[in-house]
Amino acid sequence: MNFQLTKEQEFVRKLVREFATNEVEPLAADIDKEHRFPVETVEKMAKYGMLGVPFPAEYGGAGGDHISYAITVEELSRVCASTGVICSAHTSLCCWPIFNWGNEEQKKKYLPDLLSGKKLGAFGLTEPNAGTDASGQQTRAELVDDKWILNGAKVFITNGGYADVFVVMAMTDKKKGNHGISAFIVEKGDKGFSIGKTEDKMGICASSTTELIFQNCEIPADRLLGSVGDGFKVAMSTLDGGRIGIASQALGIAQGAFDVTVEYMNARKQFGKKLSQMQALQFGMADLKTKIEAARLLVYRAADMKDKHLPYGEAAAMAKLFAAETAMEVTTKCVQYHGGYGYTKDYPVERMMRDAKITEIYEGTSEVQRMVIAANTFKK
Amino acid sequence: MAFKIIVCAKQVPDTNVIKINPKTGTLIRDGVPSILNHDDANALEEALKIKDKHPDTHITVISMGPPQASDLLFECIAKGADEGILVSDRAVGGSDTWATSNTLEAAVLKWVKENGPYDMIFAGRQAIDGDTAQVGPQLAEKLGLPQVTYVEEFQISDDLKEVTVKRQLEDGYELIRVQNPCMLTTIKELNEPRYMNMKGIFGAKDIKVWNAKDIEVDLTKVGLEASPTNVFRSFTPAPKGKGVVLEGDTEKEVAKNLLINLKGKHVI
Repeated sequence: MNFQLTKEQEFVRKLVREFATNEVEPLAADIDKEHRFPVETVEKMAKYGMLGVPFPAEYGGAGGDHISYAITVEELSRVCASTGVICSAHTSLCCWPIFNWGNEEQKKKYLPDLLSGKKLGAFGLTEPNAGTDASGQQTRAELVDDKWILNGAKVFITNGGYADVFVVMAMTDKKKGNHGISAFIVEKGDKGFSIGKTEDKMGICASSTTELIFQNCEIPADRLLGSVGDGFKVAMSTLDGGRIGIASQALGIAQGAFDVTVEYMNARKQFGKKLSQMQALQFGMADLKTKIEAARLLVYRAADMKDKHLPYGEAAAMAKLFAAETAMEVTTKCVQYHGGYGYTKDYPVERMMRDAKITEIYEGTSEVQRMVIAANTFKK
Repeated sequence: MAFKIIVCAKQVPDTNVIKINPKTGTLIRDGVPSILNHDDANALEEALKIKDKHPDTHITVISMGPPQASDLLFECIAKGADEGILVSDRAVGGSDTWATSNTLEAAVLKWVKENGPYDMIFAGRQAIDGDTAQVGPQLAEKLGLPQVTYVEEFQISDDLKEVTVKRQLEDGYELIRVQNPCMLTTIKELNEPRYMNMKGIFGAKDIKVWNAKDIEVDLTKVGLEASPTNVFRSFTPAPKGKGVVLEGDTEKEVAKNLLINLKGKHVI
């Protein structure tokens, strides 16, 4: 057991904290209001190596670990959850499956541009009638004359409108159910591939959430990721890692809301004293701080297990479940402790509360996380 | 041949959060984060900008301080410096500016012995804890280098042999051309220091720690005992009283209110 961060991890926090404070926080309220994807921030994250943290230097990554990656998403999300999920979806949902499932040519072709942030990544699994229940996939892929032809549509795709590379699931053999799904790499500009509707969301308004549309989309045979029929495994293993990213995002949102509320309570006076001197509120904050710290330990533990190549699916589900519910509780209470001001857009806790909700939903709802944990408990 | 730059840097307590113990007059360092001195970050940035343009540039950061000051060298390398050298020894602890520049001179001479001549030295104007602005100029004198302090603009010729700098003065500026090797001390107006980058954080770190013996410094010229100056007293300046804004619907009324106030305080 060692609960100390390494020197590298400490410096990752220092770097991302400084970056987030100077470059991300000043934009957060505006891009939320304008529903504007922060292209300029993505370019800056790329410049400082934040879009390829947990990958080896030989493919253009930073050569870091998954705790450092978790810290990166956490610190970005502490001031802007939209910016946090741009990094998380790119890293966990696109770079990772290519790194883990891709053959050497695919890795060499895609990873240097993705990890350096020259290109942005996204992941397409969810459909109108199939989210976590992947077997309901209606997007089909057929091999015709050495080319894959994709037909169908995906929804709720994070980074959809701005990504260059997409990891997409499609049914190659409907009869086989989950074993009939395959994974593909689709590029922006591929014939027959287009971006559909952009969602108008409650929170993470600056992240781009879109439909992907495949109409006789034609891609070369070498875009198959893994083998035919591996798609379900690709998707599920990717989501296991993605949950560490979303758990980190939830953790960051909770910490950010907590920090601004401490500041507010030290300044705001009512009944002749500061809010921070009122025991009922002090105790409430003590409870929130404790839960945030518990969430942090779960998140870093899951990341550490991933680094150590231990089975981490259940740990990641626990981390996401607990961190997301903590983020929702913390932000709700922080709005409460701000009183009327907390309900206005003049204070960031209003945005943070809206942003927190999605962490209980995407990359597997809290109910799905409980299913994963229960399945690990009662298996066989 | 590589263009070789030495940057002098110091780890300092973050003065935004530091307080002074009113009883003892000493800095309360407990729990105060240490940071790379601001002006030194500008010194490193200017060296890194040369390296951006001329990749065959080698940047060495030299610092004197306690063992934990190696964190500062870690940070400088994570920003793009090539190597870090920490001079750390109880014998040099408590040095004033004269003793510090003696130590740094010895460290630079050892570096030269191992690596050959350097082309430039950058240092920050002053450290936010001592605020003396003396160590840079003293080091330049001891090394026999031409020096320009308070550099706010910097240009270097394409052959890297000559630099033109704008030197900030209280009532204007000087434009100075100087041949390398030289020593420049930098101020915050010079540039915007970059962040570390992830690859730098996880990359290899060439950090050496040298003690007094390694740098063969004359022990009678370093440390607290040898220092000709010492701190007489540290204190927090008393905060100035809050100003008062006088209001009134007309100028005449404001003037009247001013008179009432001044009379009330028996000023007039």
